Amino acid sequence: MFPFNFEWIWDMSHMVFMGGLWYALIILGIGMTYCIVKAAIDTAKGGDGHGHH
Amino acid sequence: MDSALIPNGVRRCSLGKFLVPLAVVGAVLLWGVYAMLLCWFKGLNQTNMNDNYGFALWIWADLAVIALGGGAFFTGFLKYLIGKDELKHIINYAVLIGFICYSSALLILAIDIGQPLRGWFIFWHANVHSMLTEVAFCLSCYFMVLTIEYIPLILENRQIDKVPFFHHLSHNMHGTMAVFAATGAFLSFFHQGSLGGVAGVLFGRPFAYREGLFIWPWTFFLFTWSAAAYGPCFTLLVTRITEAVTGKKLVKDNVVELLAKISGWMMTTYIIAKIIDTLYWANVTAPSKGFNLIDFYSNNGFYGIWILVMEIILGGIVPAAILITDKGRKSPVVRTVAFVLAVIGVSVNRWVMVLQVMAVPVMPFDQWALYYPSWQEVATTILPVAYGIILIMISYRYLPIFPQEAELNPAE
Repeated sequence: MFPFNFEWIWDMSHMVFMGGLWYALIILGIGMTYCIVKAAIDTAKGGDGHGHH
Repeated sequence: MDSALIPNGVRRCSLGKFLVPLAVVGAVLLWGVYAMLLCWFKGLNQTNMNDNYGFALWIWADLAVIALGGGAFFTGFLKYLIGKDELKHIINYAVLIGFICYSSALLILAIDIGQPLRGWFIFWHANVHSMLTEVAFCLSCYFMVLTIEYIPLILENRQIDKVPFFHHLSHNMHGTMAVFAATGAFLSFFHQGSLGGVAGVLFGRPFAYREGLFIWPWTFFLFTWSAAAYGPCFTLLVTRITEAVTGKKLVKDNVVELLAKISGWMMTTYIIAKIIDTLYWANVTAPSKGFNLIDFYSNNGFYGIWILVMEIILGGIVPAAILITDKGRKSPVVRTVAFVLAVIGVSVNRWVMVLQVMAVPVMPFDQWALYYPSWQEVATTILPVAYGIILIMISYRYLPIFPQEAELNPAE
């Protein structure tokens, strides 16, 4: 649910519940985007990519 | 035939020997899938749920696997946030077990809602006053975290790792894992707690109702605490079973003993809190609603005082006492007994908080409502077990799940 949906009400319950959900999804989304973009850059820079973790 | 996929430095059985048990477990899986399809196509009339049991075997299984899967978030919390670096040797397996438990929980919920095509309603038309909405949010997000934690393991397969992009992706995901682990611990705290909160706020059912702190009944905190305490025991028990099946030592004793010790102390503190909660409920809360303790454990054919003894003494005090002592923890047999008792203890706790709550009569004219699951409910509850065994078999064979395996079992 987003604030532009007809069911949305600007109250604490909506902000806490939906805010918590978006917060978690944004962290996961940014984290994975960072990993994928950095992997693409690292791959483009070359090397066999077999260093130690 | 598949030797190119097997991790370096470890030995695996022949493909034929691997496929036979896989086919047997696969047959059980198909039985569960058949029952699942019956529930989806014919509806929830395939179950023995009724007006007394809106929550039944599935929800118990759900709560139990979520508690047992708590080993993933708590081990991750200990390794990435507290800095217990030794646990890196068991974290992969904890993640795999957590992934299986949470995907199973979501699968069971997908059957239980009866109309899976409307599953997305809980996100789009969310009831923001329901603890179960919060459970659904956190459960879905935490499953994403577990998937993110499981992906690097898949990418470390010998052949996949040869692709530079996947190698770098796996490396980067390991590098940022602390962020995901912290998010996972945050989400787990809330959904484990809210599952307990659902029972604790039932003011019309004095068997479950508890006072609490602000909006959270004590069961909220007890559920989170018990998942953190008992979850690692399940991880360690499955590790022990895997060692017995493969005939190999897979994790060093110091790692097992460290996690067992932490779990033991968590269990000790939890069981003290649980006993205080039970005493207060039995002497203050329940009498204030017109009930005596014995009312909840008499005049029926199943729920006796034995279930309270089994949950708190056999499944709580005994395993906690074993795991906090050096002697108990260092004996492989005794500590395995403690793991088994702990798993039984937390499963009984979830049973009591879901099914006994429904069974206890509330009104003076009510009778005890006992319930027997239908075969479709049993089959769909066994389905995740079969799925879990298959995923463990495949992951163990093709992925470097146990970093110490090669060292502990040098190839001849």
